[in-house]
Amino acid sequence: MSAFDHDHTNDDPRISRRKVLECMTWAGTGVLWTISGGVPRSLGLVGSAQAAEPAGLTFLQISDSHIGFDKPANPNALGTLEEAIGRIKAIPVKPSFMIHTGDISHLSKASEFDDADRIISQAQLDVHYVPGEHDFIDEEVKLYRERYGRGTKGAGWYSFDASGVHFIGLVNVVDLKAGGLGNLGAEQLEWLENDLKGRSKSTPIVVFAHIPLWSVYPTWGWGTEDGARALDYLKGFGSVTVLNGHIHQVMQKVEGNVTFHTARSTAFPQPAPGTAPSPGPMKVADDKLRSLLGTASIIFKPGNESLAIIDTPLQG
Amino acid sequence: MTFASLRNLGIRCAIAAVMASQMTAARCEDSTITIDNFTFAPAQLTVKVGTTVTWKNQDDIPHTVVSAGKFKSKALDTDDSYSFTFTTAGDYKYFCSLHPHMTGMIKVE
Repeated sequence: MSAFDHDHTNDDPRISRRKVLECMTWAGTGVLWTISGGVPRSLGLVGSAQAAEPAGLTFLQISDSHIGFDKPANPNALGTLEEAIGRIKAIPVKPSFMIHTGDISHLSKASEFDDADRIISQAQLDVHYVPGEHDFIDEEVKLYRERYGRGTKGAGWYSFDASGVHFIGLVNVVDLKAGGLGNLGAEQLEWLENDLKGRSKSTPIVVFAHIPLWSVYPTWGWGTEDGARALDYLKGFGSVTVLNGHIHQVMQKVEGNVTFHTARSTAFPQPAPGTAPSPGPMKVADDKLRSLLGTASIIFKPGNESLAIIDTPLQG
Repeated sequence: MTFASLRNLGIRCAIAAVMASQMTAARCEDSTITIDNFTFAPAQLTVKVGTTVTWKNQDDIPHTVVSAGKFKSKALDTDDSYSFTFTTAGDYKYFCSLHPHMTGMIKVE
């Protein structure tokens, strides 16, 4: 990080693009960056061990386990989740907790949730969940809520604080409208507005939801209809990080003070936007599969404005 | 069944419906809509009253078939099917409640 001058005392909102990109390079201490179409994108891991300094808050993101999926793109989604959890257990500095950004199961079956719980609990970390659309397809839509929804509002949204960071778990996979995208709904947006009201603007915010809150590729439904309203409420805050799953690939965007980041799945990869007839599971060569699956660890250092996000493929 | 043959079937059904109005009631062949690559094919289908339409999911991802207030399938896993018999004329717009950008319409005459 010493290679760059990171003057975070500069409060000018019109911070130069170059400056943002430099800071992003720093923020991803362990990530190799490339600039594609003006947007920074990580290429992979560069020494995660050094980046995982003990100071500050470290948490992990895991996503899209799809337990129950057994198609050619990965006939053993349970096995690759097990591998991912094995790697988490081996991290030298134990993260504070883990967040799961949805699609724990493939078909919302009790047995699938059971299997996921059995494997994920081996990490011996608290896990904060939000549901994906695959977790809400049982007839009465109750299995997810019974297991993971205790103490949450509405369909499962909530917030909590950890080491001075405010975390907000949102649900954008219910009450979807024909022809539309992900949906938060009026009740949840009102709750979010109230949750943020009166909070110091210097509080770092981490929002996590299943479907991207930003418009990644609406043609494939990769966006949230009323996501912009949620982001409106987050505008005044100095540091906002939005984490999601759903699209099974790493993608990042910086917009003002908001950094958007999507995580890999532990089950199967999906194609880059527009590069295939559909967003369905992508079959890759068996020896390549693990390089497209993985987890993310996020480090927050008090006093710094950015979170360092380190994507860790199951295989480098 | 291919997209083209389904479309032909739709046209044949439409012709049959016109002929049927001049003769005694003739039941149209039942129709199938395939779900492939997150798409209903054909996306629009015209059928005669009394036709049973069957949706078959050929994707590796589950989908649903939902027409607000009219019909609603459970989640269809790979190779699962859902059928609905249309007894009233009208336009039935439907979508996949898991992937709402997937939409289709059945025109029942």
